[in-house]
This record gives sequence, C-alpha cells and structure tokens, in this order.
Amino acid sequence: MNMIVCLKQVIDPETPPASFKIDPQSNKIVPPPGIAPVLDPYSEYALEAALRIKDAKGGKITALSLGSDLVREVVKKPLAMGADELVLLEDEAFTEGDSWSTAYALAMAIKKLGDYDLIFCGRQAADWDAGQVGSAIAELLGLPSVTVAQKIDISDGQARVERITDDGYEVIEVPLPALITVSNELGEVRYPNIRGIMAARKKEPIIWRPADIGASASQIGAAGRRSRLLKLWLPVREGECQMIEGDSPEEQAVNLALKLREAKLL
Amino acid sequence: MAEYKGVMVCAEVSQDKLSAITRELMGCARKLADDLGEGLSAVLLSSDITSLAQEAITLGADRVYVIDDPLLKDYQTDAYVAVMGKLAQQVTPRIIILGQTAVGRDLAPRLAFRLETAATLDCVELAIDADSRRLLATRPVYGGNALATFTTESQPQIVTIRAKAFSPAEPDTSRQGEVTTIEAGIRPEDMRTKLLERVTEEVEGIRLEEASVVVSGGRGIGSAQGFKQLEELARLLKGALGASRPPCDNGWVPELSQIGITGKIIAPDLYIAVALSGSSQHLSGCSGAKNIVAINKDPEANIFRVANLGIVGDWKRVLPAFSEKVEELVSG
Repeated sequence: MNMIVCLKQVIDPETPPASFKIDPQSNKIVPPPGIAPVLDPYSEYALEAALRIKDAKGGKITALSLGSDLVREVVKKPLAMGADELVLLEDEAFTEGDSWSTAYALAMAIKKLGDYDLIFCGRQAADWDAGQVGSAIAELLGLPSVTVAQKIDISDGQARVERITDDGYEVIEVPLPALITVSNELGEVRYPNIRGIMAARKKEPIIWRPADIGASASQIGAAGRRSRLLKLWLPVREGECQMIEGDSPEEQAVNLALKLREAKLL
Repeated sequence: MAEYKGVMVCAEVSQDKLSAITRELMGCARKLADDLGEGLSAVLLSSDITSLAQEAITLGADRVYVIDDPLLKDYQTDAYVAVMGKLAQQVTPRIIILGQTAVGRDLAPRLAFRLETAATLDCVELAIDADSRRLLATRPVYGGNALATFTTESQPQIVTIRAKAFSPAEPDTSRQGEVTTIEAGIRPEDMRTKLLERVTEEVEGIRLEEASVVVSGGRGIGSAQGFKQLEELARLLKGALGASRPPCDNGWVPELSQIGITGKIIAPDLYIAVALSGSSQHLSGCSGAKNIVAINKDPEANIFRVANLGIVGDWKRVLPAFSEKVEELVSG
C-alpha cells in the first residue's frame, strides 16, 4: 500500500484561550510566546489511520507538509511515528493561502510523488478549521473522496470506510486510489517509540520549492487565494460569573440548587 | 456572460421530511435575498420528495427545483456534486447556502471546487456588503478562539451555516411559488463510492440537540463511572448528557455525546458544565446556551469566563449534594 499523508504545523490548539492575541497590522494570530507549535491533531489522526493500514497490510507512508520555517522537531514527528519518507513544501510562496491554493500545491507535490493508493488528510486543521483541503486535493486529482472517517479497512483494492454522520455512521466502499479525511473518532494516536525517534533523527526531509513541483506562482499561497480574509478578531466575552458562596462544597451545592430554583430553571 | 442572481438553498431531507436545519437555511437565505432584492430558490434532491416542494415555498422559497431520482435517495458525493453543479451552471445563483451537516461539509467544498469558486464553511453570521453586494461570511477559527470574516470574488459564493446560528423561517401557508422539476441526469457508474450500510446510534432519552437542560462533563470526571452521576442528574432534570472531547476519546461516554466544533452544537436553556475546563473548541458547541453553570475546582478555568453561575469546588463533593437538593426540589 502506497500512502501519502498531509500534515500541518499549527499553533498548539491547547493554548489557553487567554493567550490568544491578534496583530491588527497583519490581521494574524500572534503565536503565543513560549508555547511550541505542534502537528495539527487531525492530521495526526490521518497519519495514525495510515499507520494502522501499514501495520495490517505493509506498505510505504510519505508524510507531506507545507509551510515556511517549519520546525524540524514538529514536522519530523511522522517519521518517528512510522512514516517512511518526509516531503516538505517549504517556501514562503506556499504560505498565506486558502484551502484552494494550499490544496493546489499539495496536489502538485502528490503528482510528482507518483503512484499512490491512498491519500489521508485530517478532517480540518486546528488553526483555520476550514475543513476543505482534503476535498480540494481529491477534486484536483480526480479522485473519489470520503470525509470524516472513523475507521478504514482495506481489501481487494477497495477501502471500507466508516463515515461519521449526524446521528451515527455510514459504511462506504470506495475503490482505490482514493482520498480519505480522518476524524478524532478513529481512536488513540500512537506515541513515537525510541527506535522511531532515532530513525527520524537520521532521516532528512526532501524539500521542494514551487519550481520543483511545477507549481504556477499565481496559483499557490496568497497569490492563489479564491477567498479573502477581511477581518480577524477575538470575541469579547461579556458578563460576569456569579460565584456561589458556602462554607463547604456541599453547602455551595445546596445554594446553587436554590438559586436555580429561584431563577425558575429547575 | 451569465448574470449571477438570487440565493439558492440546498435543502436537506431526512426521513421523508425537510430537516430541522432546512428551516434555519430558509430563514437565513430569505433575509439575504430580501437584502439583495433578489429571489430565493430551494433545491430538493432525493427520491419521492415532490410533496415537500410546497413546504419549501411556505418557508420562503420563490421557486423550488425538485430533482427526484432514486439514485439520489441517499447522499453520495459524486452524484450530488454533479447534479448541484449542473443546476448552478444553469440557474447561476449569486449565493448557494447549505447546512453544516454530514452532507453540507462534504458537498460544499467539492461543489465549490467543481465550479471553480470558493466555499466558506460553518458560518455563524452572513451579511451582504452594501457597496459590493458580496456576501460577507463570518465563522469561528482557531477552535473558536477567534472569529474571521471572509469573502470571495468568484461566483457563486458558497457557504454552509452552523446549526442554531440562524433563526428558522416560520411557515406562511399563503405564500406562492413555482415548482420546477429537473432531471438528475446521472449514471450509476459515475458514483464512485457506494453506501453499504447506515447505522443510527440510539441514545437513550432526549436528544442532545433538543434537550432544554444538558449536564456535561469534561476530563476532570475521570471515568465512565463518574459520568453515571451526571447521567443521573440529567435524568432528574429531564435533560440530556453531554461531554467535551476528552471523555469521548477516552470512551467514558458515547462519541455522540460530544459537544463542540466537531461534535454537536446545542443551545439549551440550562447547561451545567462539570469538571470541564471550557476550551474554545468545546464552548463553540454550547455557548448558545441561555444559562451556563460551571463546577470546577480550578478558579482560573476558562469555563468561568462564559458561565453566569459558578462553584469553585471538587465536583465529587458538589455534585452528589446538588443532585440530592435538586431531587428534593423537583419532587417536593
């Protein structure tokens, strides 16, 4: 099984909400000082899905990330987890894109990588939460796609995918090659083991610039955007929280119940 | 060069009825159409849905396009993208609106890219720019920590709306409209994925999205056993049980209990958050609640920034006493 997984470096989504700040000049989130970037969790689930298939059926996994000034410790983590190859689309020209221009670059890189059976993406990235890159890559490459998967099994050149719905799930069969986006319901993501970490240290990523993948400058990054960001702001939380008093937790509990009764909420 | 005019809603059909989000779609779209001074059309794609066309008209559609074909009975990406794509090229609407549902989040992006335009998903606010007449789409980003407004220059502008973010349309049976039947024109061989089975996960009691009271727990509950207490309280209050993502990932509660940006979006009258820190991703799912009560032993927990009533304390001591008093008050 030849698999490609798209992974993104993002600001840690566990960053305390109070630490989020916006730079009004550039209309961007300021990376919180002292908090290291991480791999977007949904893309880690995408990698985990690929690793489970590699465990079951064997094969090769190529991790693919796009950005600029990518932190090696972050983007090399897939190698430590069991991916075989790492390709970085590292160039400022790739950045500041929307789902479309980002997907275009990733699709061009995937075309250059050649044969594949499966492409995995996270259902959305934990920074912009757009949830479109996977579908866009599938459209660009003319592939069938199944989104928000929680389970993937392969047999006879087909993938059997459990796709999450609003009240349960569907079981979908899709012929390979296909693109699948993965959700957290997939289950626990494995930790890198010592051997993986040592192997990752020795492996250098392949770095591609726009010219390497035949990407047209007008279609990547900021230049290729089809949607424009007009405004970015932090919502102001109004209102005070009334703290319930009491000499003990039990007394506080009773007072809370009485307060809610008073407010006719019970 | 075709002129792009009008707002088009992709209605959703569920169990032979227009789904709940369809009313919200119609309410939202009608307002936009009125702001533009243009028409509103609704699209019904499924099988045996011709009878629903009139309902779409009572909800505000000036015109309904009915595409009734057995091949469309269940949502399938290739079929729906092809049919909606062809219709959009025929009708050239300025704006297409879908629900942020299992269908919408799959259909909207692929449809947008097929039509060489862009989609903005999970919008909580939509407005027409007075000068440009472009649609301004606002959505939460960074897990709900920030809000962003986007627009596109390409046509049509495609968006999905978040559940409960827009007021539903009220049916007006005096409304008139036109119904147009369109051939789907799709072939089974063009449908590359196949639906083998659909599994509905039954949740006991009241559905989370419909409950007026929700008792919810976070990582601090610590176990499935702990959640039994919350479940009991929910039952006492005739409400539903919910959770943030970690308890679901840990298997302490069913996945369907998840409230947040990748879970359910709810707006109950009362939301009781127990041992739940209140991450932005979670708050995105419950900030529509009219009253939020928080019980958490960390006074700095983010949940206290959005709650209107709070107890700083150990839930293991607070909850039993609270449940006991509640039982006394509701039965007395």
